[in-house]
Amino acid sequence: MYVYDEFDRAFLQERVAEFRDQVERRLAGELNEEEFKPLRLMNGVYLQLHAYMLRVCIPYGTLSARQLRAMAAVARKYDRGYGHFTTRQNIQFNWIKLAELPDAMADLAEVGIHGIQTSGNCIRNTTTDPWAGAAADEVEDPRLYAEVIRQWSTLHPEFTYLPRKFKIAITAAKHDRAAIRVHDVGLRLYKRDGKTGFEVSVGGGLGRSPYIGKTIRDFLPEEDLLSYLEAILRTYNLGGRRDNIYKARIKIQVHEMGAEAFAQKVEAEWAEIRDGALKLDKAALDAIRDRFLNPALEELEDAPAVLAAALADPDFARWHANSVAPHKAKGHAIVTLSLKPVGAPPGDATADQMDAIADLADQYAYGEIRVAHEQNLTLPYVRQKDLPALWAKLKAIGVATPNVGLISDIIACPGLDYCSLANARSIPVAQKLTERFADDARIADIGRLHLNISGCINACGHHHVGHIGILGVEKKDEEFFQITLGGKGNSKARIGELIGPAVSEGEVVDVVERLVETYLDLRTSPAETFIAAVQRLGTDPFKERAYAPR
Amino acid sequence: MTSPLQRKLKIAGPTVVTANRLADGAVVWLSATGGWTDRIGTAAVGATSDEVLRLLDIAHGDENTAVGAYPAPVRIGADGTIEPANLRERIRAGGPTVALPTGVLPAAAAKAA
Repeated sequence: MYVYDEFDRAFLQERVAEFRDQVERRLAGELNEEEFKPLRLMNGVYLQLHAYMLRVCIPYGTLSARQLRAMAAVARKYDRGYGHFTTRQNIQFNWIKLAELPDAMADLAEVGIHGIQTSGNCIRNTTTDPWAGAAADEVEDPRLYAEVIRQWSTLHPEFTYLPRKFKIAITAAKHDRAAIRVHDVGLRLYKRDGKTGFEVSVGGGLGRSPYIGKTIRDFLPEEDLLSYLEAILRTYNLGGRRDNIYKARIKIQVHEMGAEAFAQKVEAEWAEIRDGALKLDKAALDAIRDRFLNPALEELEDAPAVLAAALADPDFARWHANSVAPHKAKGHAIVTLSLKPVGAPPGDATADQMDAIADLADQYAYGEIRVAHEQNLTLPYVRQKDLPALWAKLKAIGVATPNVGLISDIIACPGLDYCSLANARSIPVAQKLTERFADDARIADIGRLHLNISGCINACGHHHVGHIGILGVEKKDEEFFQITLGGKGNSKARIGELIGPAVSEGEVVDVVERLVETYLDLRTSPAETFIAAVQRLGTDPFKERAYAPR
Repeated sequence: MTSPLQRKLKIAGPTVVTANRLADGAVVWLSATGGWTDRIGTAAVGATSDEVLRLLDIAHGDENTAVGAYPAPVRIGADGTIEPANLRERIRAGGPTVALPTGVLPAAAAKAA
């Protein structure tokens, strides 16, 4: 965990006081809505279909047990007893009254949490690997650099009014768990000749114009990270379109200019500033590194006897197979908590669950929790010998559904049930799909399959990069759903292919099931995953079955 | 000053004016008796473009009570009941179509007891 210093704590307190004053002035009629709206957005406050929504930033997805309890308390005291974890590692509260928002923010600020950089045309909360600091395949902990970016980007005076929002993601592992290729800037940390640096990609993004980011620098030394980002942001801020909101993201600029021309502009700007004040020297990095309090893990051996014995239980073994990942430290494991129980809205957790998870994090995981962009939670530091006991307790609070990475581990936006931008409902479709695919043995046999649902073309449910993607559209006041196949959000990211006309709400679950049955019929063996089969076969056999007359 | 172009409004049938209440964001409708109501059944209904524009003028003049006012189509039942005429407005009027996550965990219940 990064520990905020006095400056950060004072800044948050001042920000809450400032927002409290703004809310009071708005309620008194001293500020009109046009004046107030950008101020509330700068604090993560949206006005949705039914109420105000507070989006709370979880920097690079890392939470302490104390912070999670504070969120539970906010959910209970100011909201309706639950929160929704998002695809950007944040949490949203859906029902907070405007007059109570400053109090909720004050409570969150007490534990170093806020809504800054979760809204508006600024540099948003940097996201990263939920397994950061723990993953067996990690080169270095990417959270150090995410924190460096946070300190540089928060209230950056030059980048407060960008053409559009700007999202950065970092991965430092062989397997990209941060979907960096579909971010405005993607940073892949790796080492070259013993030196730490980044492959830099720009112009990725989903929404109505999905693009995979293009690499514009193969290796950027770590000391140049901020100056290079500043050069990218300047190039975008000056050249990005402000005349059309649908063409204002950096991906459009990169696409229209071409990645090479864009890179040349960035390099020219960078040449002017690379040796200036933004150079990251060792002392600066060490100062930030020193404020990360990482747990002192016990020295343990892998595969303790208690775990081996527990694996004889098929239920535990099934959960272990998809919810437990290898750790960089012997005798430890990374545990994913599924927030996707059958029939429930993906990513939601009740206040009671949050409190219980915080208690379990304290008891079994050094008090640390992560939020994954798949809308699940992760305990990054669990002793393998504790896994059986932890599993029993996770089951008791409903977060041990053995579906992590499987078809019912659905990413879904809030959709038309909550969102003022949506055209169709996402949650009911997700619920029906989890009910159709409720059998643990069946979904384990289907294997790894990412199913993502968005309720509109803004693509908050990342449907473009789902192995199966579902996009809700509205036609003459009826909900229809387009299906895409073959998308991927990992290091070999690709945009899914639309397979045909949109299907009705009543048909969509059956169509998905036919796609799955096609895969089961045509796979070479259970070892060939759904996405591998789609890549080998192309989409035609799937289309034929999905749309076959019945 | 509003430009003449902005004064054009196409409506396809009976229309109400809806917004979100400033204080809590709740869905409200401009009332037939003045002010705002949280019951669509008591909303003021405009039948012509001019009538709806007049309602919108009233709504926009009261942005310290309700914000983001816009016209929304409704259906009038044989008995005079007013119902939203599209899915989005039905959801706004009725709330999410899915059950909200609830339920006290056994452990929390025990703690409370």
